[in-house]
Amino acid sequence: MRFVDEYRDAEKARALAAKIAALCEPGRHYKFMEVCGGHTHTIYKHGLEDYLPESISLVHGPGCPVCVIPMGRVDDAISLAEQPDVIMTSFGDMMRVPGGRGSFFDSSAAGTDIRMVYSPLDALKIARQNPDKHVIFMAIGMETTTPSTAMTVLRAAAEGIENFSIFCNHVMIVPAIKAILDSPDLRLDGFIGPGHVSTVIGCRPYEYIPAEYGKPIVTAGFEPLDILQSVYMLLQQLVEGRCEVENQYSRVVPWDGNTVALRAVSEVMELRPFFEWRGLGFISHSALQVREKYAAFDAERHFTLPGVRVADPKACQCGEVLKGVLKPWECKVFGTACTPEMPIGTCMVSSEGACAAYYNFGRFSRQRVREVSIEASRA
Amino acid sequence: MTHQDTAQQRAGGAEAAVAEHNAGYPAHAAAGTEHSSREQLVLERIERARRARPRVREKLITLAHGAGGKATQSLIEAIFLDAFRNPLLEPLEDAATVTAGDARLAFTTDSYVVSPLFFPGGNIGDLAVNGTVNDLAVSGARPAHLSAGFILEEGFPVEDLRRIVASMAAAAAAAGVSIVTGDTKVVQRGKGDGCYINTAGVGLITDGLTLGVATARPGDAVIVSGPVGDHGITIMLARGELDIEADLVSDTASVHELVRGLLDAVGPHVRAMRDATRGGVATILNEVATAAGVAVVVAEEAVPVRAEVRGACELLGIDPLYVACEGRIVVIVDPGAADAAVAALQAHPLGAGAAVVGHVAEDPPGLVLLKTGFGGTRIIDLLVGDPLPRIC
Repeated sequence: MRFVDEYRDAEKARALAAKIAALCEPGRHYKFMEVCGGHTHTIYKHGLEDYLPESISLVHGPGCPVCVIPMGRVDDAISLAEQPDVIMTSFGDMMRVPGGRGSFFDSSAAGTDIRMVYSPLDALKIARQNPDKHVIFMAIGMETTTPSTAMTVLRAAAEGIENFSIFCNHVMIVPAIKAILDSPDLRLDGFIGPGHVSTVIGCRPYEYIPAEYGKPIVTAGFEPLDILQSVYMLLQQLVEGRCEVENQYSRVVPWDGNTVALRAVSEVMELRPFFEWRGLGFISHSALQVREKYAAFDAERHFTLPGVRVADPKACQCGEVLKGVLKPWECKVFGTACTPEMPIGTCMVSSEGACAAYYNFGRFSRQRVREVSIEASRA
Repeated sequence: MTHQDTAQQRAGGAEAAVAEHNAGYPAHAAAGTEHSSREQLVLERIERARRARPRVREKLITLAHGAGGKATQSLIEAIFLDAFRNPLLEPLEDAATVTAGDARLAFTTDSYVVSPLFFPGGNIGDLAVNGTVNDLAVSGARPAHLSAGFILEEGFPVEDLRRIVASMAAAAAAAGVSIVTGDTKVVQRGKGDGCYINTAGVGLITDGLTLGVATARPGDAVIVSGPVGDHGITIMLARGELDIEADLVSDTASVHELVRGLLDAVGPHVRAMRDATRGGVATILNEVATAAGVAVVVAEEAVPVRAEVRGACELLGIDPLYVACEGRIVVIVDPGAADAAVAALQAHPLGAGAAVVGHVAEDPPGLVLLKTGFGGTRIIDLLVGDPLPRIC
């Protein structure tokens, strides 16, 4: 398939892997964080770690939009769904995320009307088709999905639709990366930067990372060769003593981002003073809310929310996993009490969550499988 | 249900797991403990947890319980098998093998609730006949007689019912089976989705074959009979929620002739056959790995997938290996007979795309490994429920 297969070419991967191995300084260990959950998913789905030398570890970052939604916000969303004559709409990823009172799936089984949609425009369509109901869109995601929410609000306003609102949980990746850089727990050698987010915001917002923190960052695409090439580019910077923002995903990411999308977002939304990220705590100026001008489309203004902050279960170590301090399997409940069928933490829910990716794709001993295949090739 | 209960149960389970985690690490603090051996300990603990008796911890049925994945499996084992347990049911094959006098019969049942009722390539009627015929065929039986039970919703157009029934008659004729008994119920408007159908079927097992996924052994070849995922993607597109258009039709068909050709050619070398429906090929391979205590190793590049299906799956972020088929079978066969088996399948139009996609291995038992087209390795696990599209 065009635009897919060329980025999954095993021969090119082998060539690139050899160049990566050649760049690694003997005895040195490298830690790169892939910021995006989409990258984590690709790494595990394609078995990319098989190509990396043991001296390179990839650390999974906070860029999984579903994983960072705190439990209290899920409860708020469920209480919205429980209001009379409300249809709640949500992306599929969100359906299994547990709050303090269960997930959307649990709530739907208990009788609320929660529907999965593929785009906020689908939610608007449901609003048009159900004039006697109020349709709420559970708006989540980072800068990648924010413009589509903003455009939907603009369209609803233009059409004069009165039975539609959004429950805005949009967050921004740059403050989260900054929080990680400020955290004393972690020593990183560089970042594999978020690709889809950058299609919207461009690469400029990352310039503080090399400038103030002395870490290189390469904005990367989501096919396995993209990620491998980004690792190579990061190593090259380290070898050559450079430290800058580079754009590996130039086929999609313009350096200055998508100005039309950014304009739509700033028309509809404004910064929240602070917002709670699951596992990372409150981060100031890290999320968006609906502007007063579009108050008619803001579920938070339409309805009274419980707004109760729910502490994560004590055993849950999602915060450490999201910050890259722990590998998924190092969490105490990983795979036993916390599984995809009964998740405790959000990282086990979304297919982009590091724990779910590791559990679903990587739950085997690479060492053992390598030994087995060597034996088989001898036999 | 009080949601608090669930949260408390989870928290309780979590504390137990933490205690076990700590107990499992006698050398946790010891300097020099190998990273990889610690990971190995965790993996072993997870495998133990997975082998534990399945439990249904939910208080209410959710859609995941019907999706054919892990939640379905837990429901079947913890609720149904627990109550009905007997040696004929226990293998949980597509059909049970029962005896009547000297005759060995395969006996199966299946209910059909597809939405929409009519879709490119077929309708609920074809599915209801073909699905049950296929369950009999892959059990090594010659399908003979079917029952048909209808649950109709008040207000359902009679004309639609006529079309469905005509399709059933045609599918039954094509499969050489007769529908010999039936039942009709009508429920109030709003209590059903137009038309649900249940079919049961019996067939005669004449070859003296004993098939079963538990008989797979290391070295065996794994074959699929054609491109996977056509039915599931066709249905998703026919629901019109995705605004994607493709020239795809459901693969719904009776595989009894295909199976007959295969058994005539290499019957004694066939260990197991399965009809890949809900949960797709991935679910079947997991059943093989679990039931036989073996590993199944699949080469991604060898799995036949139509470009349209692959494209839709890429867009939605789902894996074609989990997408439902309705006329595809998975065959586990002795390695010496693999080429002959593929040739026998390819001799039938339904098996034109048949291919060896992998093999059975000894280690690691219970896991399905995929050699990715990119050249890496990952596992293919059972899904919890339906594959959910990713947001970005």
